[in-house]
Amino acid sequence: MKPPPFDYHRPRSLGEALDVLAGTGADGKVLAGGQSLIPLLNMRLAAPAHLVDINGLTELATVEEEPGGLRIGALARHARVERSARAAALQPLLGQALRLVAHPVIRNRGTVVGSLVHADPAAELPAVLALLGGSVRLARRGGTRDVPAAEFFTGPLESAAGPGELAVSAFFPALPPRSGTAFHEVARRHGDYALAGVAALVGLDDDLRVSTARVACVSVGPVPVAADVTGACGHRPPASADWAAAARAVQDRIEPETDIHATADYRRHLTGVLVERALRDAAGEALHA
Amino acid sequence: MTTKLFGEPVQRREDPRLLTGRGRYLDDLGPDALAAAFVRSPHAHALIRDIDVSDALDVDGLVAIYTWEDLPGRLAEPLPLLIPHPALTHGRTAFPLARERVRHVGEPVVMVVARDRYLAEDACALIRVDYEVLKPVVGVEEAAQGARLVHDDVPGNVGAHLVQQAPSADGRDARELIEDAPHTLAFRLDIERSASMPLEGRGVYARWDADDSSLRVYSSTQTSTSVRMAVAAKLGLPLPKVEVIAPDVGGGFGVKIMHPWPEEVLVPWAAMLLGREVKWAEDRREHFVSSAHERAQVQFVRVGFDDDGRVLGLEVTILHDHGAYTPYGIIVPIITSTQLPGPYKLGAYRVEFSSVYTNTVQVTPYRGAGRPQAVFCMERTMDRIAAHLGLDRTAVRAANFIQPDEFPYDQGLTFQDGRPLIYDSGDYPQALRLLKELIGWDGFPARKAAAEAEGRRIGIGIGCYVEGTGVGPYEGGHVQITSDGRVHVSTGLTSQGQGHETVFAQIAAAELGVPLERVSVVTGDTRRFGYAVGTFASRAAVMSGNAIALACRKVREKALRIAADALEADPRDLEITDGVVHVAGSPKAAIPLATVAVLSNPLRYAFDAEAVRATQFAGTSSPDRPPVDAGDEPGLEGRDYYSPIRSTFASGMHAAIVETDPLTAEIRILRYAVVHDCGNLINPMIVEGQIHGGVAQGVGGALYERMVYDGHGQLLNASFMDFLMPYATEVPKVETAHLQTPSPLNPLGIKGAGEAGVIPVSAVIASAVEDAEGIPIARMPLSPSDLFDLRRAAS
Repeated sequence: MKPPPFDYHRPRSLGEALDVLAGTGADGKVLAGGQSLIPLLNMRLAAPAHLVDINGLTELATVEEEPGGLRIGALARHARVERSARAAALQPLLGQALRLVAHPVIRNRGTVVGSLVHADPAAELPAVLALLGGSVRLARRGGTRDVPAAEFFTGPLESAAGPGELAVSAFFPALPPRSGTAFHEVARRHGDYALAGVAALVGLDDDLRVSTARVACVSVGPVPVAADVTGACGHRPPASADWAAAARAVQDRIEPETDIHATADYRRHLTGVLVERALRDAAGEALHA
Repeated sequence: MTTKLFGEPVQRREDPRLLTGRGRYLDDLGPDALAAAFVRSPHAHALIRDIDVSDALDVDGLVAIYTWEDLPGRLAEPLPLLIPHPALTHGRTAFPLARERVRHVGEPVVMVVARDRYLAEDACALIRVDYEVLKPVVGVEEAAQGARLVHDDVPGNVGAHLVQQAPSADGRDARELIEDAPHTLAFRLDIERSASMPLEGRGVYARWDADDSSLRVYSSTQTSTSVRMAVAAKLGLPLPKVEVIAPDVGGGFGVKIMHPWPEEVLVPWAAMLLGREVKWAEDRREHFVSSAHERAQVQFVRVGFDDDGRVLGLEVTILHDHGAYTPYGIIVPIITSTQLPGPYKLGAYRVEFSSVYTNTVQVTPYRGAGRPQAVFCMERTMDRIAAHLGLDRTAVRAANFIQPDEFPYDQGLTFQDGRPLIYDSGDYPQALRLLKELIGWDGFPARKAAAEAEGRRIGIGIGCYVEGTGVGPYEGGHVQITSDGRVHVSTGLTSQGQGHETVFAQIAAAELGVPLERVSVVTGDTRRFGYAVGTFASRAAVMSGNAIALACRKVREKALRIAADALEADPRDLEITDGVVHVAGSPKAAIPLATVAVLSNPLRYAFDAEAVRATQFAGTSSPDRPPVDAGDEPGLEGRDYYSPIRSTFASGMHAAIVETDPLTAEIRILRYAVVHDCGNLINPMIVEGQIHGGVAQGVGGALYERMVYDGHGQLLNASFMDFLMPYATEVPKVETAHLQTPSPLNPLGIKGAGEAGVIPVSAVIASAVEDAEGIPIARMPLSPSDLFDLRRAAS
């Protein structure tokens, strides 16, 4: 379990990083928190010719408010975002999700943007981005583009970030007024990737009836599965909303697979249970918002 | 014993070292040694057609590449079959490096030695092995069908077959009694594969001293003395020229009592051949696919019983999955077979096992060693009887208990040490009373009903076991008091973090009457003690503990004799307190043990002021006697051995309360209670620690851990991401109560405690989940997904 040989680069500025990535192209891999990449290297499941370590780019270690939401830089660690009062105030779902990400020692190193680029459909943060309709900012030498969540996750462990591109930040929309969020998951052990997990956002109108209900599910498809279930819930107060109908609608949408930890049927069942729980809790949060 | 240390919860003296990163584990040694790495088979079953190493030769830093063809003499032979048994008619072991054929994924094929491990792995990646892939045999039932063979010369894949019978007092056999019983039940029980999985993998580091023609080997092993003999034999070296040392070992749990591993003979051989230090430290992936697993058994039960739940006849047929080889013999299924009756008087018992080969990692003992399977079988049977008769589960157990006045109790079977299975002592009814009180058994139905009213499902479960501990043949202890008053204890068996340094020091300090701080303990170093068996079967405290006590008694006797001479007193009037020998009731007539040590060794040359007292003109010895009497030896030291007539039998009972989520099928352990009887306690805190660790591993086996092989013989979860060892967050707080029924078999009256915690856990959790769910549980481990399926099948 030692990595194959690679050239190591540690750029001192964003410009230098983009130059290096332009040069390495598809042979280059970005190292940020390393919580997924290093095990892949050690097991020789990945063998990039160049490793571009961005840990020197402290300019990317940012958590900043922007109009309409929160921008998180590529070197902001999970732990920092989890403890950020500004992040909690603007978008509580981030904190709700981050508490479920692995363990504290991993959250001390792992980065939010790194988790998005790794694009594991079992991970929490891609689901958060998908649910909120956020975006990822990709920089390359000579240009920058913002890719919306719906286009960013292209497959299991596959994202829209191309050769020569560096994900420099991600944008998470703020929680709208009279809205609430929740994240529920079932994992085999504390901190494991979830067997199934559901992030939910519920918004209420002036009469405190459900006007928006959306969920995003983990571990039940090649990418996080986002679904608008507003119609299924019914335009009703949370106490009488049809969460079960919403759960059924989501169950019909997802395509879970059987693996060594759970059958597809169990994952579908679990997702239904968690959709109900997450929507109910999110609606409760919205009532108190 | 003048100092009250035996029985005290003394803090573990090894912990400051181990907890602050100052332990010296295998890979901490030899930082400049060459590194070995192995090309291992990616196929479960294949013929090796060709090995092409040409590309690897270009790797900078490569030192050597070896295949089976390179192995000389006895190294080219199959590895030893360590524990032969007449029933193991078709024992098979692997070659150190595969010859012509591989039989499981992970079997070593090529050894590479390079400047460091990175380069060694680079070279491994460039070696091309041309395999002719064969269809593998996976799973115990496919193996038993025998349609395909793991070994061409082992018909039906059956390596061993053994029947043991314990007929009733009037000579009737189990089958007959089952036929005639008022009630009978028949069912099947499954336990899946798990593994010891120590956090430190295996590892070997060897240095060859060409000037001295001697070899020093460090191995992360549970038996340095036997590794030494195996290495000497395989490499053709004189035994005195080989030293083996077990440094700090980061857990063993059974897998490191297996030896010699291929790497344990290959690495020293390479070190000799190359004249360079060579080291191999196993990585996690290697450990999953190339060390050993355990637990997988399918067990068929037939039981006949009366209206009170008394077992009149029990018949168990076991299919044991042995993996690809049988280097450790058939210890595991023998232990299952013989420990299955537990604390019960069965009317008659018949057990039969077939041990079959599969194209998977070999099976050798893992903490519990066949007992978790046995207890799962017996205790599930007790629960089924209770359910069938509508009786309380503890009442059925109580109806079958061996009573305190029936010891020694002969189960009529032959145990793993080849000796009769005779329980030495125990008090099972009292243990059950304590357990029921601790867990609140009698009040549970009310609690359950209250939970049900809240929409919650809870259940209570119980499991009892008897564990043969402290198996022979022997261990030894050496104790030396030096002229600085320090006490040096050594024993040959090894430590893997259990606290041996602490408990052996407690024993020595108590026996000798010296302060604990003055005692140092060395284990597992053949330079200090050459005769030993090893650390397994909950035997270290019983075997080495008693041997050290006996050695201390010899030293004490000698110290009193010398002191009596010096004090002109009768040795019978002397006591030792705080390291000073004195006349009882007369503290002024005293001599420190340090001085006694000086006097014990007549000197010609003085090296310090104290030593002057032992020289020939000091006038301390009588001119009428030789300085060293006939039959005496210089020095204040002693060596003794403890060799028991047979094993001593510890026992225990566990109970748990679990909650199952009606919607998600998650299983949570709310309470876990243990009543444990290992005879006299040397250190109750260490015993509790052993129980806690055992329960944690048991929880792993009950709810989390399984080795998932696909039909191609690929292990699908060979990493800690997918092999789910429980974290602290998954392990419940363990509530314990101790019962102390001394063993009459050994001087200290102790029994082993190392494995106890793990043994009944699967049985207990199955019992509790069954109670919560009302669905029969016949297979462990049990995941939420499994429980979801069981619920659907039941509805």
